Amino acid sequence: MIQSIWHFILSLWPEPLRLVLFVAGIMAFVGGNAAYLVWVERKGAARFQRRPGPTEVGWAGLLQPIADAAKLLSKQLIVPAGADSTLFRMAPLLMMSPVLMSLAVIPWGQSLAARNINVGLLMIFAFGSVNVMAVMLGGWSSRNKYAIISAARVVSQNVAYEIPMLLVVITMIMVTGTMNLNEIVVQQAGGFWHWNFFRVWVNPLMPVTFLIFYICMLAETNRAPFDMAEAESELVAGVYTEYAGMGFGVFFMAEYANILLGCALATVLFLGGWQSPIGVFSGVFWFLVKMYLLIFSVVWIRWTFPRTQFYGLLNLSWKILIPASLFTLILTSAMMKLFR
Amino acid sequence: MKNSLKEIATGFNSLVTGMRITLGQFFKPSVTVQYPHESLKMPEKFRGHIELVRDPETGKAVCYACKLCERACPSDCITVEGAKLDGAKKKSVTNYILDFTKCSLCGSCVEACRDGAIRYSHEYNLASTNKEDYIMDLFKRLENEGLEAERVGQASSPAGSPGVPPGAVHSSEARPKTCAAESPKAEPPPTPNSQLPGSAK
Repeated sequence: MIQSIWHFILSLWPEPLRLVLFVAGIMAFVGGNAAYLVWVERKGAARFQRRPGPTEVGWAGLLQPIADAAKLLSKQLIVPAGADSTLFRMAPLLMMSPVLMSLAVIPWGQSLAARNINVGLLMIFAFGSVNVMAVMLGGWSSRNKYAIISAARVVSQNVAYEIPMLLVVITMIMVTGTMNLNEIVVQQAGGFWHWNFFRVWVNPLMPVTFLIFYICMLAETNRAPFDMAEAESELVAGVYTEYAGMGFGVFFMAEYANILLGCALATVLFLGGWQSPIGVFSGVFWFLVKMYLLIFSVVWIRWTFPRTQFYGLLNLSWKILIPASLFTLILTSAMMKLFR
Repeated sequence: MKNSLKEIATGFNSLVTGMRITLGQFFKPSVTVQYPHESLKMPEKFRGHIELVRDPETGKAVCYACKLCERACPSDCITVEGAKLDGAKKKSVTNYILDFTKCSLCGSCVEACRDGAIRYSHEYNLASTNKEDYIMDLFKRLENEGLEAERVGQASSPAGSPGVPPGAVHSSEARPKTCAAESPKAEPPPTPNSQLPGSAK
């Protein structure tokens, strides 16, 4: 009975309903993840340093994110005098909304994607570049010297790392021949040796390509050891210095949403998305397992390495990652020309 | 070219080593002591404020109010009073006040005490917003401890009490477990021949 009503509504109104379901679903997913990734981060940090981490609020500190959210929500959003208040208020939203948009094309399962469009990959990177602008606007509009220094750093960092990332993505587009993310996952069906990560007969440097993508993803999401945007030991809180309450909260959530997106994308491009590693029982489950393992590795890296110096950061990109990604690109095209 | 490739290789290797080490730590047990819920046992030589030592045979304080500690104290934070009880050969302490607000834990009192009647306690949870809490009545403290020990059923583990000077061996044996926290003070002990303690004063 309920199912027939459901089908009736769905047939009557497929598009708007899909849209509402997507918006509600993604918002809930991103919100829940952002909250609980903070918990994972804190627990993870504690374990790496042999502490217990949050224990007091709820069992094993599981209610801690809720307590944090309640605290942030109850605070006033202060706009500093002399700041550009429109841009200042807009920056967190500009940071958050591209992620929500990009998640629309991620294929969580075989038929579980809000939109299966042919240029999904292009769309993600088109929206991804808005992030930089959001961080820059946040820093610039808060009229604070630390925030402006940090904003300038973030721009040069993100410009530097967007290049190798896009070169890697071009390599992947050449290998797969499509920008449709679902299609990319379908191509990797049948056991883990079919995943792009292990397709060394297409390009012997495929693991290196993944590594470059991963490093660039860390830098693009401003994660340690590339957290120039926040750099709390040098620049107070960098771009976020003047943000209070939920202004900061949204930035914070956007950081985790970006990590989620980056890891989801790495899963789709290199680790076979929702394909099972043994070739049977493919599904959303596998996607989530791979994605959360990647997210764990991001936390692991953060609590292992200290922040790089700014010059080291740029040198890594311009002297190592860009040449290396160019090399893999050329190698892939040569291999394709010779062996296909 | 060769050098820079080598540099990349060694750099990458060191990163992997670092990550292996942190992952190793990840699976080891936590070393934190969740302080308000649990606390560490103080080491034997811990120097807390002074406390009176109980004589195991009589159950009373070893101190007989010779007041050497009072005199030894450079900041004048000890006040001792004693009286000769009926039938007793020596004086015994009746009041022992430590003004911990002035005490700098120098230990002169413990050194001055000839019979080891005072020692360092293991008490360190001393935070308070009330100044009066630091005017400590050590005699009362000893008596309360005795009552508590009786209640617990003589939690007798007289394991050589830490921080007790050698001279005080016999007195320290009788000390109930619960008295871990007492104040450091020096009392004048009687000479071995046990002259009248009052005379020391």
